[in-house]
Amino acid sequence: MKIAVSTVGIEKDSKLEPRFGRADYFVVYDTETKEYSHIDNKEVQETAHGAGPQTSQKVFDAGVNVVLTGNGPGKNAFQVLEAGNIEMFICKEDISAEEVISKYLNNELEAFKN
Amino acid sequence: MYKIAVASGKGGTGKTTVSTNLSHYLAQTQAVLLADMDVEEPDSHIFMQGQLWQEKKVYKEVPTLIEDKCIACGKCKEVCAFNAITMLGKRVLFFNELCHSCYSCIELCPVQAIEMKPQKLGLFTQINDKNLTFLEARLDIGQEQAVPLIKQSFDFIAENIPAEIGIIDSPPGSSCPVVETVKNCDFVFLVTEPSPFGLNDLRIAVETVKLLKKDFAIIINKDDGEENIIRDYCTKENLELLAAIPEKQSIAELYSKGSLIYQSDADFLAEIEKIAEKVTTLMRRKR
Amino acid sequence: MKEVVVISGKGGTGKTTITAALAYHLQDRCIVADCDVDAADMHLIFSNKTLEKRKFFSGKEAVVNRDLCKNCGLCQEKCRFDAIISLSNYKKVDPLSCEGCGLCYHICPYNAITMVDRLVGDFYISDIRTNTKMVHAKLLPGGENSGKLVAEVKKESRLQAEKMQKNFIIVDGSPGIGCPVISSLSGADIALLVTEPTMSALHDLKRVVELLKKFQIPSACIINKSDLNNNISAEIKEFLLENEISLLTEFTYNKNFIHAVKSGQAINEYDPFYTKETIAEVWNQLERIINKK
Repeated sequence: MKIAVSTVGIEKDSKLEPRFGRADYFVVYDTETKEYSHIDNKEVQETAHGAGPQTSQKVFDAGVNVVLTGNGPGKNAFQVLEAGNIEMFICKEDISAEEVISKYLNNELEAFKN
Repeated sequence: MYKIAVASGKGGTGKTTVSTNLSHYLAQTQAVLLADMDVEEPDSHIFMQGQLWQEKKVYKEVPTLIEDKCIACGKCKEVCAFNAITMLGKRVLFFNELCHSCYSCIELCPVQAIEMKPQKLGLFTQINDKNLTFLEARLDIGQEQAVPLIKQSFDFIAENIPAEIGIIDSPPGSSCPVVETVKNCDFVFLVTEPSPFGLNDLRIAVETVKLLKKDFAIIINKDDGEENIIRDYCTKENLELLAAIPEKQSIAELYSKGSLIYQSDADFLAEIEKIAEKVTTLMRRKR
Repeated sequence: MKEVVVISGKGGTGKTTITAALAYHLQDRCIVADCDVDAADMHLIFSNKTLEKRKFFSGKEAVVNRDLCKNCGLCQEKCRFDAIISLSNYKKVDPLSCEGCGLCYHICPYNAITMVDRLVGDFYISDIRTNTKMVHAKLLPGGENSGKLVAEVKKESRLQAEKMQKNFIIVDGSPGIGCPVISSLSGADIALLVTEPTMSALHDLKRVVELLKKFQIPSACIINKSDLNNNISAEIKEFLLENEISLLTEFTYNKNFIHAVKSGQAINEYDPFYTKETIAEVWNQLERIINKK
């Protein structure tokens, strides 16, 4: 399973970015290989509108199964993620990607509902 | 119809106060239209009485997929400049509120697998109160496209409302919705207040109106009667200062209740008379 | 680092005045961000020196290459925005009507149209007189306020706050309830609502509170000019109670607010007694709510 966290950087200790659609990066953790990778989402920042669906598409294309973010995705992003069978959870704390992931794995995060 | 936009650089300067009072005042002697184009937050209706004449749903055109024709080539997603189309594998998803109805996807689809269908954008409400016709254009919550709604409002006015004078309450700011409103009008009243904030925002508004090559005059609201920076600015830039509504708590109170102010405040009435006279002059010049 | 975003829905309720007061109260403990890019006014109170100015581009616009245009008129026929103007022997694009969809670019048989980045505003980082920095922006006339410029202002203010090790960011939020205000609220630790007892302000307040609930952002409220209409004031208070939003203070109709702005001062600088104390108390309450979170 692949877990993606919206972040401000590309390392596992990078802080959680509360926004989904306009996050610069996603840190991705693969629970099978226990390896970290990242998605560069900077290019989406250049778009004026519709960052949410674009970002969702990127996350989907990367084969992600679970998204962890701060505010929760907007309506459009939600629609894409849902259509792509990607689960969404939110975390309101100012902590690192690694910590958010461990919270998720311990079932401490709240599922996001639109 | 001779249309006058009532606009301001920032919100809360008294645009609605001026447009509602002026239109009611003018309607004492002639047929007048008051249109509220502040489509995200229209609130002129608070000052309206009279009969609900009609409500009309407004639509925009959005794409829909003819699934058995689609070959999932991705062309529509590629050409959409507004990110309103996403593809998950072979599935095409449209985001209607992001769609500008530009028709690029339809025009460029190689297999004609897209057609347009109407989607509700907002609502027109027309209220008739003797000589005064009121039109409110309201954008549905979640819709982002103010400009097409404003465009359609002016078409609706041209087809349905016979008044010779139109007072158009514009959206605040200087972005696209204001440009669209002012573009469709013949003259602009810029409402401002005598503070550095008011002046800064007025400057931007003047820049916008000049860019659109429209004639305009300035109305000061909450005027303190002293020499103030707006008066100085008008003199220096040689701009027409049309009226100055005095700063009075009683006026603010009347506004907060949703009452017409000129009916019970003589100072206010005197200023509205000046503005009305300007309207008459403009109309005469037009003829 | 904590972010306080001041919003109002309706314009003219005193949002910028209250934001400036909080920023003045905190002095060099905060970075100031002006996200009201339609009517950016904070610099009138604080500005000192512009350190950096950048042009801000967003979206595209079409440009016709006169030498390649054969004046066939296909672009004009297909454009849904009436943005193509006919000149004697070629076409031109009216940038105020062009929405940047690119249809003309795709269909022009002579490749005479290019899509270029659209300049929509200017972006600034300034030194301000409270010994800190302010990030602000100005939209050009007809520029589209898409939330992207607002997002940029917020991002830069976070970078500055991190670099200068500031604990707080005070944000003058965007007006209305659309995309820009959502952008200005993103990542907020608390939203401070500034309202006034008028029917239109109450109407907008309700819509803004709906938005905050959706984003699960805690909020508190200040009623400005509270004696303007006691009935509506009471209605606002009831609404706040129902929604469990604390009312931090009320200001009665006060000419000092206007005088302060006129003299280019924050209200708690202009009146160093009552107003100064009230703002200090407002801040203490805000800090308590943020820390409780």
